[in-house]
Amino acid sequence: MSRTPLDTVEHAAATPDVELPWAELGLKKDEYERIVEILGRRPTGAELAMYSVMWSEHCSYKSSKVHLRQFGEKAPESDAMLVGIGENAGVVDVGQGYAVTFKVESHNHPSYVEPYQGAATGVGGIVRDIIAMGARPVAVVDPLRFGAADHPDTKRVLPGVVAGIGGYGNCLGLPNIGGEVVFDSCYQGNPLVNAGAIGVMRHEDIHLAKASGAGNKVILYGARTGGDGIGGASILASETFDTASDSASGTGKPSKRPAVQVGDPFQEKLLIECTLEAFKEKLVVGIQDLGAAGLSCATSELASNGSGGMRVTLDDVPLRDSTLSPEEILMSESQERMCAVVEPEKVDRFLEICEKWDVIATVIGEVTDGDRLEIHWHGGKIVDVDPRTVAHEGPVYERPYARPSWQDELQADDANKLPRPASSDELRDHVLKLVASPNQASKKWITSQYDHFVQGNTVLAQPEDSGMIRIDEETGLGVAIATDGNGRYAKLDPYAGAQLALAEAYRNVATTGAKPLAVSDCLNFGSPEDPAVMWQFAEAVRGLADACQQLGTPVTGGNVSLYNQTGEAAIHPTPVVAVLGVIDDVTRRTPVAFQEEGQLLYLLGDTREEFGGSAWSQVIHDHLGGLPPQVDLERERMLAEILISASRDGMIDSAHDLSDGGLIQAVVESALLGGKGARLVVPEGLDAFTFLFSESAGRAVVAVPRSEEVRFNDMCGARGLPVTRVGVVDGDAVQVQGEFQLSLEELRSAHEGTIPALLT
Amino acid sequence: MTARIGVVTFPGSLDDRDTRRAIRLAGAEPVALWHKDKDLHQVDAVVLPGGFSYGDYLRAGAISRFSPVMETVIEQAKAGLPVLGICNGFQILTEAHLLPGGMLGNDHLHFICRDQKLRVENADTAWTSDYTAGQEIHIPLKNMDGRYVADRYTLDKLEAEGRVVFRYLDFNPNGSLSDIAGITNEAGNVVGLMPHPEHAVEPLIGSGRTDGLPFFTSILKKLVNV
Repeated sequence: MSRTPLDTVEHAAATPDVELPWAELGLKKDEYERIVEILGRRPTGAELAMYSVMWSEHCSYKSSKVHLRQFGEKAPESDAMLVGIGENAGVVDVGQGYAVTFKVESHNHPSYVEPYQGAATGVGGIVRDIIAMGARPVAVVDPLRFGAADHPDTKRVLPGVVAGIGGYGNCLGLPNIGGEVVFDSCYQGNPLVNAGAIGVMRHEDIHLAKASGAGNKVILYGARTGGDGIGGASILASETFDTASDSASGTGKPSKRPAVQVGDPFQEKLLIECTLEAFKEKLVVGIQDLGAAGLSCATSELASNGSGGMRVTLDDVPLRDSTLSPEEILMSESQERMCAVVEPEKVDRFLEICEKWDVIATVIGEVTDGDRLEIHWHGGKIVDVDPRTVAHEGPVYERPYARPSWQDELQADDANKLPRPASSDELRDHVLKLVASPNQASKKWITSQYDHFVQGNTVLAQPEDSGMIRIDEETGLGVAIATDGNGRYAKLDPYAGAQLALAEAYRNVATTGAKPLAVSDCLNFGSPEDPAVMWQFAEAVRGLADACQQLGTPVTGGNVSLYNQTGEAAIHPTPVVAVLGVIDDVTRRTPVAFQEEGQLLYLLGDTREEFGGSAWSQVIHDHLGGLPPQVDLERERMLAEILISASRDGMIDSAHDLSDGGLIQAVVESALLGGKGARLVVPEGLDAFTFLFSESAGRAVVAVPRSEEVRFNDMCGARGLPVTRVGVVDGDAVQVQGEFQLSLEELRSAHEGTIPALLT
Repeated sequence: MTARIGVVTFPGSLDDRDTRRAIRLAGAEPVALWHKDKDLHQVDAVVLPGGFSYGDYLRAGAISRFSPVMETVIEQAKAGLPVLGICNGFQILTEAHLLPGGMLGNDHLHFICRDQKLRVENADTAWTSDYTAGQEIHIPLKNMDGRYVADRYTLDKLEAEGRVVFRYLDFNPNGSLSDIAGITNEAGNVVGLMPHPEHAVEPLIGSGRTDGLPFFTSILKKLVNV
């Protein structure tokens, strides 16, 4: 225990000259000075701990805030939006009295350090955000990016990440219905482990993170608080702790602990059930999960969002380790904890429900009628702050940004000039190489480690274009979600790259028959202190905000992950975009797989010579240069409307969006999934190479039953969407007339053999 | 009159709601049972659903087997109450010694989720009478610890007495001995299997097949005809 006197507010006021380790906690000098100015005295050790984690990049968005504002300023009018940016997760109206909440977050750094736990707790964190909104979680998705597929470290990181996601999500009983797996050497030391979740509730069940009503009790429930993950998600990187090895209350120095949290999915499952039962009985006034910055975040955000103040007695927090200092308790990121605000007369019932589920619950404080957040420890007041200054009025930076000098050269290195296949044999060879390349290969080895059946409502799961969940058994109402992001496109042009990510996710949702409604994003970039990276970030945000406005899909929330950088080498700018859609009747959904031989294949949209950032340029030439495909959002909207109408009216039996790998990749996937081949004819005006490999956006390939041919063509014609008949579902090979054919067997072994061979 | 079929919720059960849905779709009345409650509330049969009860900590099913509700389930199963254990429920049944043998981690050391082909080997149990012996069906499978093991004597006895109810076909997903996917007790009232019939009861949802529905119609017919 501490031999130094407790660093209370009084003690701090009386000892203005005590030096605090603000720099070791990741604060800048001017930030520390601002804290002193806010408080009118030096902070106590506990106050400093709170400010340091809450003012970190991760919690305060201090570098990104000035750009993120555009998501609000340019937000399109949307009747669907019920809760927007700023809460734990956004909420949209999907009709019939249902509301859906969804969000994507990053858990990149911890997943590199400790792949299993890093990825597992990423799932845990996003799921608690969903519960905190009042919703039952119904599905998860995982967009993942790793270093080169054949790099030895990928064999360490990937299996651990996949096992962690499965180990946690499977144990929670959440179907994993979508996501992506991308390999690129730019992610070698900085894998991106993003995690998304969807929850469903009735409109009246929406809960918010705010503490209101003087006298209401603050209840901490779930796991005990331990020394794990102290400052883990904040910018307090582990080196911060190297110099402060012992824990001494009053110095504000946290002891050295592993920065990665450890997950207990069983505890989280109990937390879900117990929380939902408390919601059902209307016992909860406000609620917040404990994630990054732990109790510091939960108490200051609840108090800041509410109408009054809050008083907390830290001695009442159940601990795993009784030697923890108050600073450590405030900064701990122990998982599976939640904080609820409950009216006094409902506290007993709340605690009873927790006991039913064997969940520890403790009253640790109450809402006061003041406007201060006060925290007590051993009889002394160690925190006395205006919670808004901790939670919402942190520093804001206008980081300098500049278009990098190499951007022009990169764009001038035109991929359209790369040598193309000179013969039919070479064309065939390129197709085989493409579908077997790690990024285009089947990810079944990975996705079969995730439960996609649990809860009994999964309509579509990966490798479908979007995951789809039924939310009402009687009416068949459902929601769909797709996540997309192409770092190669974004590197060539971050503005267009972000728009292409949105366009692809939007298209993927529409391809399955659902109407796109809203967006969540996870913006993964390098260091904001590098003006080139900051330019990429600014451009990507501007592009995404503009595109969301044009497509009428507001951003409801999301996450920014910066500092994905090792030394000077930043990752490709990687905005990952999740689009949520709604479908009135899931029986109308459209799958990727070919259903019946004889059905006609139509290509929707325009095909141009666009190879910049393409899968072909990467697989065949290991090349990245030129410009990404052109963006035409009005075309995307028209295509989506046609895909949705066609699915609703039964005009198409299968559909697949065209994106990386182009048409041939899409046709091969549909053929393999359906176990039926295709005969393709190169349309007039296109050469075979461009027809097969171009990555022009705004396209899809659909299979139309012959009985629907006229009706379908009429619909496309009436709306002005270019539509080209390109073949027929037929046989047990994929054949391009006059060029080559590949048997399904050969394609299957190429497409499905790659990933297991690399990872086992 | 229809049959009342109880579904136990243990802490960490995941497929309890899905199983109640399957029972309802089959035309029986699902009854939610709670692990801390010894009372079976006059149900005519019990299903122990899938999931990760107690997080599978210690060993899958090892803690749940000692739940208060299991005291009654064990006692009544021995007296003839039809009991079905699915996945984690099967693990609990072996831990409770209502079924012989036990489950180890999958031989490939990964969780596996797939639509699994099975052959019905025994259509005479309380839970399989709506199938025909030799019928081939597809039922979703998803588990970490699904490798059925038993000693030679037990395996021989199971085979000799026709107590292997389901066998994996085409692909053994976990290294189970003799490709065993499910077994029954001597009386045929207790059945355990690793695959999840409750995820194959509606076209379109899950595997998109309804091959699992006969589990629930089998028991319903048996109970209503009694």
